[in-house]
Amino acid sequence: MIELQNVSKVLSGRTILDKVNLQIHDGETCVIVGPSGVGKSVTVKHMIRLLTPDSGKVIVNGDPISELSGVELEAAREHFGVLFQGGALIEWLSVRENVALPLREKTSMGESDIIELAMQKLTLVGMADHSTKRPSELSGGMRKRVGLARAMVRNPSILIYDEPTSGLDPVSARTIDDLILSMQAELGVTSVVVTHDLHSALSIGDRIAMITGGRFVETAAPRQFVESENESVQAFLASQFITRKGDWENWRR
Amino acid sequence: MITREPEYFPPPGNFIGRLGRGIVFSSRGLGRALLLLVDTLACMRFVFATRTRKEIVYQMFVSGIKSLGVITIVAMFTGMILALQTGIELRKFNQEVNIGAAVMVSMLREMGPFMTALILAASVGSAYAAQMGTMVVSEEIAALEIMSINPVRFLVLPRMVSLMVMTPLLTFYSCVMGVLGGGMVGITQLSVPWHAYIRNALDFAAAKDLYVGLLKAFIFGVIIAIVACHQGFSTTQGAVGVGNATRRTVIVCFLTILVAGYMITRLFYINALD
Repeated sequence: MIELQNVSKVLSGRTILDKVNLQIHDGETCVIVGPSGVGKSVTVKHMIRLLTPDSGKVIVNGDPISELSGVELEAAREHFGVLFQGGALIEWLSVRENVALPLREKTSMGESDIIELAMQKLTLVGMADHSTKRPSELSGGMRKRVGLARAMVRNPSILIYDEPTSGLDPVSARTIDDLILSMQAELGVTSVVVTHDLHSALSIGDRIAMITGGRFVETAAPRQFVESENESVQAFLASQFITRKGDWENWRR
Repeated sequence: MITREPEYFPPPGNFIGRLGRGIVFSSRGLGRALLLLVDTLACMRFVFATRTRKEIVYQMFVSGIKSLGVITIVAMFTGMILALQTGIELRKFNQEVNIGAAVMVSMLREMGPFMTALILAASVGSAYAAQMGTMVVSEEIAALEIMSINPVRFLVLPRMVSLMVMTPLLTFYSCVMGVLGGGMVGITQLSVPWHAYIRNALDFAAAKDLYVGLLKAFIFGVIIAIVACHQGFSTTQGAVGVGNATRRTVIVCFLTILVAGYMITRLFYINALD
């Protein structure tokens, strides 16, 4: 379980998170939504300790990750697989080498096992045919799929997706959504997805948490989220042409 | 952790504030660079690991072999200029045969390590800074840290070791090229026979000149790698930040190489003043 307890963060003189509380349960897919620049990515960066809260605590599977350092932090991060916005692939390594990298560096597996496992994960995301290509030869959607294969190659218990559909055309975005759903079904991991794409959020989330003004203004299952009375939620829904009267089931995939 | 939180400082109110902030930031940068050096030295135990070894060999190729062309030209012309300038003056005293000593000693003690380090700082150091900076901007460094892969061991160690090896080797090569260039000018412009030039050069050069020059080169290699990687890791503002990191790398490397070069010369040759 991931738990944010009264987390506050000021960046560039601006309060991004203001005593934020959030619980993400094991095995669920929690989607954090909100307009650009309200602190969605900042929230997940606290979960993986790329940022440290000014006050408050972040607890991951019982470990106070916001207070760990050194070997303990490395151990706590073993729980995570992270898909960064642009994929964050190492440019001079091939697709297969990128996926194999965590296994090479952090396990004592043999070379043939490493290659086999890397190819297995690439097959899962539909990128096995591109295993010898360099990241610069891939499209945005393909880079994200390779990033996802790398994120899950060590079988983490928590997968973090930072804006997985941003910058993609609608077809590629839905492909990524399908991939997230199938990962969830096959691996049963806890997923945290950051997006401002409500169509994507409604289709993949078990729970949707909307952040604005430094706080979570609504945390609810997709149907309850669409029917929320909160003005910020309604304005956000309306901005993406989703109304309370709409048939929310259409959004589920 | 290499990945740093974004920092915000309100603009300083006046000149004193700007000066104070400049001093604080410079001191902090120096401290962080030294910590990076300590971290890299602490990772030295991994230097013979298979993957690190492969990366070191590749980086040696990139920093060394790919720089051979420019170093050859610069070193030869440096030797030629040294020979011509000293030869013009020595000819007034019929001592032009001594250009061999002038070129050899200058190249071994100062010009060889200095010119090689400046070329490597401008070409390899700036490339390292741009690469590290781009990796910071595109979250590749953050991704490495999340995968619990130490960026210092993965990125800095092979680059520093490759420059620690290649800078002295390239310095020796540039000294040879410089002496050859000087010899060419001696034969063609100053009528100094080749054998007289070489004998004069070898008679006046001491083993100390060579090893102090190579020691300088070794230290310059460490400086270039650490300054470049530190500046790259400190990148903050996208493409503009990468450009700034590259520019700062060249400036800081040049200044540090000059100061370190003087300090080493002073350390080893101070007794020659007595």
